[in-house]
Amino acid sequence: MKPLLSINNLQAEVEGHEILKGLNLTINPGEVHAIMGPNGSGKSTLASVLAGNEDYDVTGGSVDFDGIDLLDIDASERAKEGLFLAFQYPVEIPGVSNINFLRAALKEIHEHKEIDPLTAKEFLAKVKEKSALVELDGKLTNRSVNEGFSGGEKKRNEIFQMAMLEPKMAILDETDSGLDIDALRIVAQGVNAMRSPERSFLLITHYQRLLDYIVPDFVHVLYKGQIVKSGPKELALELEEKGYDWIKEEMAL
Amino acid sequence: MAYEGDDLLEEVTGKEYEFGFTTNIESDKAPPGLNEDIIRLISSKKNEPEWLLEWRLDAFAKWSEMQEPEWAHVNYEKPDFQSISYYSAPKKKPQLDSLDDLDPEMRATMDKLGISIEEQKRLSGVAVDFVMDSVSVATSFKKKLGELGIIFCSMSEAVQEHPELVKKYLGTVVPKQDNFYAALNSAVFTDGSFCYIPKGVRCPMELSTYFRINESGTGQFERTLVVADKGSYVSYLEGCTAPQRDENQLHAAVVELIALDEAEIKYSTVQNWYPGDKNGAGGVFNFVTKRGLCETRSKISWTQVETGSAVTWKYPSCILKGDHSIGEFYSVAVTNNYQQADTGTKMIHIGKNTNSTIISKGISAGKSQNSYRGLVSINASAKNARNFSQCDSLLMTDRCGAHTFPYIEVNNSSAKVEHEATTSKIGEDQIFYCLQRGLNEEQAISLIVNGYAKDVLNKLPMEFAVEAQKLLAISLEGSVG
Repeated sequence: MKPLLSINNLQAEVEGHEILKGLNLTINPGEVHAIMGPNGSGKSTLASVLAGNEDYDVTGGSVDFDGIDLLDIDASERAKEGLFLAFQYPVEIPGVSNINFLRAALKEIHEHKEIDPLTAKEFLAKVKEKSALVELDGKLTNRSVNEGFSGGEKKRNEIFQMAMLEPKMAILDETDSGLDIDALRIVAQGVNAMRSPERSFLLITHYQRLLDYIVPDFVHVLYKGQIVKSGPKELALELEEKGYDWIKEEMAL
Repeated sequence: MAYEGDDLLEEVTGKEYEFGFTTNIESDKAPPGLNEDIIRLISSKKNEPEWLLEWRLDAFAKWSEMQEPEWAHVNYEKPDFQSISYYSAPKKKPQLDSLDDLDPEMRATMDKLGISIEEQKRLSGVAVDFVMDSVSVATSFKKKLGELGIIFCSMSEAVQEHPELVKKYLGTVVPKQDNFYAALNSAVFTDGSFCYIPKGVRCPMELSTYFRINESGTGQFERTLVVADKGSYVSYLEGCTAPQRDENQLHAAVVELIALDEAEIKYSTVQNWYPGDKNGAGGVFNFVTKRGLCETRSKISWTQVETGSAVTWKYPSCILKGDHSIGEFYSVAVTNNYQQADTGTKMIHIGKNTNSTIISKGISAGKSQNSYRGLVSINASAKNARNFSQCDSLLMTDRCGAHTFPYIEVNNSSAKVEHEATTSKIGEDQIFYCLQRGLNEEQAISLIVNGYAKDVLNKLPMEFAVEAQKLLAISLEGSVG
């Protein structure tokens, strides 16, 4: 099978500090991968670099996304090619309604894919369908983007946007942080509904709890900017139980 | 950091002024200079009654003794008032019954300006008056308005056809000696629009005037007078453009609004005079006096979207004379490159239970300077007066300036005055968020800025809100840094 995302020896730094130090990862279509690791290991940096945040400088390596040199195109192009990032801290845009924001984004993506734009009626039907997935209130879909949303509402809104934009690959950057059990269940339910043989997910998380709801195909441990251990979903349970020290010790040997 | 750097700033200027064409229309132009003879010439060209000539001469005498004001937070080389031509009119027959009779060159100009009259007629029924180089060339829809008793015509025509109304109201809100530019305008104004809405009539369509400076070395001094008689309503819009020229052109207009008892006037402006090039050369000096008088239970609402002009000096104001009268001021002012704007409002509360609202949204980009200057004055007689002011500034770069100069004078202890102000820089995180959803940077900025200015844009009539949104986006293209 041809991989959807293949990361080779990726190196990146922010403000002169080297964070990613030769990271390798291959994700096939339809797979769900989870990345765990201690604080400061480079998890969120990986998400930002893949999404094209220019605050980070890529200093080496390559990333192939469905046959495209990902590092060669900007954040907007990456989104249009079907790469979605659910932000750890979703941004507020006052005065811009969620609906208009998504309408504009979807229009760009459809134009890029040379698909006819949705009619207003089709678009609204889609909003209704997808917002139901994450039990997002109709009032929230009409409010300004993330403005005055609670922490849980912001995260659900990220998953709602993902469902609307239907990416090939979604990166969820600590989407579970700050969620209570009910919100976690709702978010997971939204993600699971989106799983398909073509669509892949990269879950970045601190806690195995999320993986009870979204069951991954693979779990990786990121430590000091490299993936140091990979395994099946049981690896997450082992990490939960034993912490990261044993991996650090293995590394030291 | 992500969106900094001179290369991006270079791109700012990628979008040049779109309306910088000139039109080859023969014009009848007075020699440069300002003296009593020129004023007599203007008055006689326009076949004016004696009282108006006297009025102009008196204004000129007062102006001659006045000094150009220097208190505004702007810096420019003062115009040489003797090198300007004070009268320029397109030579071909200017008075037309319908736009179909228009000179083809003039018609082409209007098309370039995007004034698709036909379409506007069809879609929204907007009546348009078009003022080029100080002379009104065409007013549409006159007949239809006439059936309701509404007068909407050029000022020169009003002087001929309705002298009693002009004489009664002209200069009653902005006296001819009010300020330096108003006095200059009173002496030399060549045309403008006049509008009268009779008692109890609700004007069924937007009335609109487009102003354009075409000739080089001329100033534009138009005079607008809107009178809404008791219980009437009118919504009025003005738009402005000018050709791209190296020299600075002077625009010194006066707008007077009179809302009699229980009348309402909504006055909206989309100002897009040529702002000068990216190095600050050329551009229009926009020195405008706008003021409205509110009688009992009447309401005047000013909405302005200011994106053009090299220097703007403008304070649309309301005198809340009548009890229970309402004044509103909604403004978005954008400055880019070397533009300077000093704009705001004055709300003068005289009557009891008067209420005013000020929402000002400044957006500064490039190396521009953007100032809000406003006065809220509560007189001793203004029992229970209320004011709410909100003045926000958005910075696009770290080389521009945003300033707020609010003045509040309260002489009645029952008054309630609130003032809120914020200053923020456009967020790189907001832009990245938009990019990650597939929008490009221009779209992201346009979305964020329009969101920021939404409270004001929402006050514009629908068809102009769309135009204003586009104008904001064009004015700020690639301006983040």
